[in-house]
Amino acid sequence: MKINKIIISFISAAVILLSTSVASFAKVVGDKIVLGAAISLTGKYSSNGVHTQNGYNMAVDRINSMGGVKVGGKTYKFDIIYYDDESNPKRAAQLAERLISQDGVEFMLGPYSSGLTKAIAPVTEKYGVPMVEANGASRSLFTKGYKYLFAVLAPANLYLDVAIDLAVEKNNGKPVTVAMAFEQDAFSQDVRLGVLEAIKRTGSKQVIDDKLPKELNDMAATLVKVKQMKPDVLVVSGHTKGALTAIRQISEMKVDVPMLAMTHCDAAKLSKQHGKNSQYALCASQWHKTLTYKDDFFKDGMTYDADFTKEFGYAPPYQAAESSAALLVFKDAFERANSFDQKKVRDALAATNMQTFYGNIKFASGGQNVDKPMVLFQVMCDDGGKCENKVVAPTKWASAKLIHPIPSWSQR
Amino acid sequence: MDFMVFQYPMISVQACLDGILLGILFALIAYGMALQWGVMNIINIAQGDLVILGGYIAYFMYLYGIHPAWGVIVSPIIMFFVGIAIYKLVINKVVDRDLFISILATFGISILFMQLMNFAFGADVVLANSDYGTTMLFNNNVVLPNSKIFSAFISILFAICLVIYMKKSKLGRAIRATAQNARAAKILGVDTEKVYAATFGINAALCGVAGALISITFTIHPYMGLPYTIRSFMIVIIAGLGNLPGVAMSGMGLGVFEEFADYILGTEFRIGSVFLLLVLILVYRRFKLSRKREYLK
Repeated sequence: MKINKIIISFISAAVILLSTSVASFAKVVGDKIVLGAAISLTGKYSSNGVHTQNGYNMAVDRINSMGGVKVGGKTYKFDIIYYDDESNPKRAAQLAERLISQDGVEFMLGPYSSGLTKAIAPVTEKYGVPMVEANGASRSLFTKGYKYLFAVLAPANLYLDVAIDLAVEKNNGKPVTVAMAFEQDAFSQDVRLGVLEAIKRTGSKQVIDDKLPKELNDMAATLVKVKQMKPDVLVVSGHTKGALTAIRQISEMKVDVPMLAMTHCDAAKLSKQHGKNSQYALCASQWHKTLTYKDDFFKDGMTYDADFTKEFGYAPPYQAAESSAALLVFKDAFERANSFDQKKVRDALAATNMQTFYGNIKFASGGQNVDKPMVLFQVMCDDGGKCENKVVAPTKWASAKLIHPIPSWSQR
Repeated sequence: MDFMVFQYPMISVQACLDGILLGILFALIAYGMALQWGVMNIINIAQGDLVILGGYIAYFMYLYGIHPAWGVIVSPIIMFFVGIAIYKLVINKVVDRDLFISILATFGISILFMQLMNFAFGADVVLANSDYGTTMLFNNNVVLPNSKIFSAFISILFAICLVIYMKKSKLGRAIRATAQNARAAKILGVDTEKVYAATFGINAALCGVAGALISITFTIHPYMGLPYTIRSFMIVIIAGLGNLPGVAMSGMGLGVFEEFADYILGTEFRIGSVFLLLVLILVYRRFKLSRKREYLK
């Protein structure tokens, strides 16, 4: 009997302890709105995971220091609980469950990459937890009918279709020939679909359609074919390793192609790692510091760039900028909903129509941002070998003129 | 399927040359694996991770303004000691156990190395630029980056040095004796413990050279080790242990096979085709053995 009593009192003590600890993590504690995020702090996405976290933290500090979030006449501050998802989708889904059911989080921020966002979205949807994500661009995220998923970035199929349009425009409106090399992950395959649509729309022709493996470090075979077929455009998308491998081998094999379009150039630090060899590469980007969008918190792209560099010691890639924008969207939605009711916040998010330093944000019914075009920048180097990314399309934002066709290697 | 490689003879020449140059590099890694497998009966799953670690050493030299080609000297020296440290900490505890235990142990080392490299160097894909230029052959129809030629040349050089060392030096003879019969070698006064440590160190040093060459020729990344382990395993399976000409030939064969698979099936099946070949060879060997057994009966 005595032992039973001890066990019962031990269990009740544990339950009380557990319930109080859960309560301390609940969605709104005192004057804090607690958001949850599973981020890749280790594993293969850790570099971009850290950019994402820095972007979130920068916005939290800025919003909190500039008056916080006003709901129901009271001022609240943002706080984020982070967990490391180890760049692993299964782990990310488990952590989302943990954030929601154990830590009591009622609003989530997205992880890094389409793959991990895909793993988390069913969980947040199941619990009706609104999630604003900034780093999952795969189109498949927006065709599943998710009601609680909102992405501040443009979907992946819009990354490089602009490049095909640009090539056709430079070819006096006549169709072009396109060589494609895409990795087989959700994101790159969506980029490919966008390019295929642009090829169809412009009556162009694909001459090479290679799939790159995830352990890619040699794409010589594709480039030999490119040399043989002489296409007007070469499109490559294989995350940072795709961009780095392509530039290394294109320069070593002296592959001449009038237009080279890629993704992940700034994440790959292309101009830093390859210097002048990366010159003339055309890169898709969600954001560039020279864009003239404005908001009250970060002012504009140039100011954001300067502030971020001062705080974290490196220039912000677009992954950081879009992550900061996610917090601005949440703040705006909380204030318009004037409530912490998940349904009301979700409806307010769906009705978002705002401008941030990162771009305009307005969500379609699938959750993707339809009000922000992608930009294309071209790597341009001066005679001293210093390289810079300059926006060349769309024309509205262009800070430099597109150099087309790319001069052949023998003339460089 | 794309048969462009057969339609244009120059593409076939390109594929063969690329494959041979690449294969020589694979053979160097595989030779290290064969040596250690033969002497210690350990299949080192962390082989590819040692290669990548060697690559990072060259990369850091490059970051500090030293030409990465010096990595082929510095990297093996550092990696030799890393190898000895791994031996002293882990391998000496599993060296006499069965193969399965050593596979598990080296698999653990592999995971540990991946995470440590990720922690120390970050998850970014990096490379070291050698600026060696390009060699054009056959009226500019075949292009060979000089970095690949350099890699193959250095690999051959190291392999020759190692063969001479194994034949002429005292330690080399002790290693060969231990590989033939560890017990007998021990009875005759060979300090097998020392031999094992040196063998593991030499293997790590070879991985260091290969890693430095890979950082110059391709790209490196903390999680890129496994394909190199698989390739060396494959080469050793084909060539057998302690057979350097065999390792070199099967390395080059594998390189050419990979290149042709890349052209015909597509880059996405490159590593997959290596796996397929591995399965086919294992099945063939089993078939051959069973026939031999029947004949003996």
